[in-house]
Amino acid sequence: MYCNKLPEKPGNKKELWQKITNMARANSLWVTAYGTGCGAIELRPLHTSRYDMERFGIAMRPTPRQADVLIISGYLSTKTLKRVIRVYEQIQDPKYIVALGSCTINGGMYFDSYNTLNVLDRYLPVDVYVMGCMPRPEAIIDGFILLMSKIKEGRAEGWKHYKENLDYYRENQKKIITDWDLPDYNW
Amino acid sequence: MLSNIISILLTVVAALVWGLLLGGISRNITARIHGRVGPRPIQNFIDMWKLFRKTSSIHHGGMFWMAPMFRITGAICVLLMVPIVVGQSINYNMSFAGDIFLLIYIMFFGCLGMALGAGNSGHPYAVIAVSRGLAQMSAYELSFSIAVLTIAVGLHTLRLEGIVAAQQAGVTSWNIFRFPFASAAALIAFLPMQMANPFGIVLAPQEIPIGPPTEYSSRFLSFMFSGRAIFGVAKLLLFVSLLFGGASSWPVLIVKTFLLYMYPVVVSSVFPRFRTEQSIRFLWFVPTSLALVDLVRVMI
Repeated sequence: MYCNKLPEKPGNKKELWQKITNMARANSLWVTAYGTGCGAIELRPLHTSRYDMERFGIAMRPTPRQADVLIISGYLSTKTLKRVIRVYEQIQDPKYIVALGSCTINGGMYFDSYNTLNVLDRYLPVDVYVMGCMPRPEAIIDGFILLMSKIKEGRAEGWKHYKENLDYYRENQKKIITDWDLPDYNW
Repeated sequence: MLSNIISILLTVVAALVWGLLLGGISRNITARIHGRVGPRPIQNFIDMWKLFRKTSSIHHGGMFWMAPMFRITGAICVLLMVPIVVGQSINYNMSFAGDIFLLIYIMFFGCLGMALGAGNSGHPYAVIAVSRGLAQMSAYELSFSIAVLTIAVGLHTLRLEGIVAAQQAGVTSWNIFRFPFASAAALIAFLPMQMANPFGIVLAPQEIPIGPPTEYSSRFLSFMFSGRAIFGVAKLLLFVSLLFGGASSWPVLIVKTFLLYMYPVVVSSVFPRFRTEQSIRFLWFVPTSLALVDLVRVMI
């Protein structure tokens, strides 16, 4: 059973405590535990005592309902895209995407592969790219710090862009997913 | 009347702040045990504010909406029935209004609401976690109830303030020394109450991630966190009153609740988790037998 209502386009509310809220959002990033590509292996050390991402308030959540960040960890295959769209749309606003590795930027070493996406930004709104093949955990932490500074400044608004340009993203997504059986929006 | 309302509001806010702060400190202590730096002690406040400001567009039915309210109402009810500082009438709130059985009954209320809400969310992990949680609860409630009954029979009172008053003649008069086996049973039952390992089968991150609140997000989760923080403090106050002689002043209260809160945190950090049937079997036999030993001793 699906809800077929499309999301309302968010307005630019100027709220008194928006700055405080942005500080809280930046310092409490909960990441959906969903690895799409080989980069997921680089996320594991972030939990350990060597890198310890919890000191920045970053925690893993196994359910998209409670998460803020979706990490596309490396190449995204055409088969995985459908699942990623479902997970991303189930995350409650505001939400952010961090893309790891060269594969998400231009295809990387899989640039001519028949079953991976080349430019992730055409299908989902990416807030921060972390380059490398694969980026080391230090680079991922650096990407998170960049995301945190963008949130504090109120510039990490990929989720608004996604809702405002849903038709553009859907058109691109449907070019890849030929057997489209998802609802208009995955609540 | 007005002073009562102010007292109740202050109590709830203070319990919320102390509960969230204890949660943050415990996360930090767990991280130090792991050899990590860990989050800030105020991390739970930041998380709660962030969750409160997230949007929510999920609807699973009426009970799904009401469960966080059940949780927070149950927590506040328990909090208001426990004496906070001995001898200060303003902090007694509603503690004169019922006996210890009413308190144990009310403690169940929030958990039951949570179970119904999680069931309403329809997520399979939530339902598995709820069935596990209720099974485990029926196991530890038995030993906890026998322990409380032992203390009540031994001191000839069912009223919590009577139990606290009977422990005011120095450290040796604390119930933990007068009823050592019953106290041990109650302290073992305290671990599953705090969802600590080896009894952490409800939130079991490796099998049923998150457990009952899997479908909850945003403000629902924020309310649940508040309810959990307040309920945590209420349970600490109950245990301090039951076993550790109550608190004669605010600093004593803070030290006692802090140490008692850290006991499941430390145990949880070094123990692996039981399977469901192991946990229930352990709770049926070990703490129940311990509590029964003291009950028989008191009855004789």
